[in-house]
Amino acid sequence: MVTALRDARAVAETVTDPELPMLTLADLGVLRDVSEIDGKVVVSITPTYTGCPAMDTMRDDLVHELQRAGYPDVEVRTVLHPPWSTDWISEEGRRKLAEAGIAPPGAAPRAGTGPVPLTLGPTVRAVRCPRCGSADTEEVSRFSATACKALRRCRACAEPFEHVKEI
Amino acid sequence: MSFDNAYEAITEENSSRWAFGTGFEDPLSGVDTTIPDGVDAAELAAYCLMLGDDALVFSHRLQQWCTNAPELEDEVALANIGLDLLGQARLLLARAGRAEGGEHGEDYYAFFRDEHEFRNVRLAELERGDFGELTARLLVLSTWRLALLHRLTGSRDPVLSAIAAKGVKEVTYHRDYAAQWTVRLGDGTDYSHERMTEGLATVWPYVDELFTPHPVELSLARAGVGVDPSRTRGEFDDVIGQVLGAATLTLPEVPSVPGVSGRAGRDGVHTEAMGYLLAELQSVARAHPEATW
Repeated sequence: MVTALRDARAVAETVTDPELPMLTLADLGVLRDVSEIDGKVVVSITPTYTGCPAMDTMRDDLVHELQRAGYPDVEVRTVLHPPWSTDWISEEGRRKLAEAGIAPPGAAPRAGTGPVPLTLGPTVRAVRCPRCGSADTEEVSRFSATACKALRRCRACAEPFEHVKEI
Repeated sequence: MSFDNAYEAITEENSSRWAFGTGFEDPLSGVDTTIPDGVDAAELAAYCLMLGDDALVFSHRLQQWCTNAPELEDEVALANIGLDLLGQARLLLARAGRAEGGEHGEDYYAFFRDEHEFRNVRLAELERGDFGELTARLLVLSTWRLALLHRLTGSRDPVLSAIAAKGVKEVTYHRDYAAQWTVRLGDGTDYSHERMTEGLATVWPYVDELFTPHPVELSLARAGVGVDPSRTRGEFDDVIGQVLGAATLTLPEVPSVPGVSGRAGRDGVHTEAMGYLLAELQSVARAHPEATW
């Protein structure tokens, strides 16, 4: 069964994110665990943002792919804790994002012990343009087409691009 | 392979092509929702409805800004913030359902409760105003909610604590967005300063309600599960003072709008705006009560 389980994990690791299809759920750090309990494959995933509308599709895709690979009994569990962080995106995932023209995130902010600090001024981040590599880029909007991305512009090549924001 | 009609061809075999009809409807699917020892399940359910209804109702107001925001970037920002709050509401309403014994799912609480059963604070439901009013309301509600969620990360209920920990990350940038707009408008032109001042004066009468604890909040705070909102007033005042100072604005001197015989949003006593809001929010689900999507 150890071999079969490894296969189930390998199958789950091929399932891609519905909104960032260049990344697998494993690359994104959303796939938390694959195990077998009483002959059933149990896959644990965590939402990126609480309102992420792609969660249902991810669950559905995991069930379909595993069933197609010969695992009739699949359960997908949600894990809420610890909360997802962009730090969980793998090196491979970061490379694929950059290749697709999306700037990968830097290190996520660390939670302190006191009240959450307020940010009143513009935040300066060293984000390189995924097209020309210039560090001379600016944030256009902290919000973009999906919850996980900000919109930026490169001052060197003038291209707009998306950036997976640190969380 | 041939099909009798096009619909069959596109739905056959693999529903994963479609975002609807996946059959996964429970946002707490697979989460252990056992009630911790010594916690009153009915109180926990009521408390989750309070926090969930704040998010659901304000999310609905934010959704009404779609196609009405001053710029495309802000349109996207408000939709993002509304989506985050809707996500928090889904988890909290689902948590309430499990605590009540699992008879009802999130949709029941959102679509099939009547006005007096909603427990959101009144500030969340007020009629949509201008962008100055929105900025003021988002600043107040996100500053308050962040202070609550931050404390709730230490809740004895592991589900509430996990929802809070995710929410803290999101509401942090909601508050930053509102605070930065407050500074931009307050410290902008005479006209933007005036509009921002008016916005603050519109929302401020509903601020005291946010810090008036309901008996359920007090009881759960004693049990280490909830937060007594009155304990967050100091942090709230500090943050608001910092933002208004940078925005060259001053606190409005306006009287609070009292509830009815001491009862307000947390007791299900709402403003006139709430009925109209629910009519819009619930009309489709009530017209097709058996529908699934």
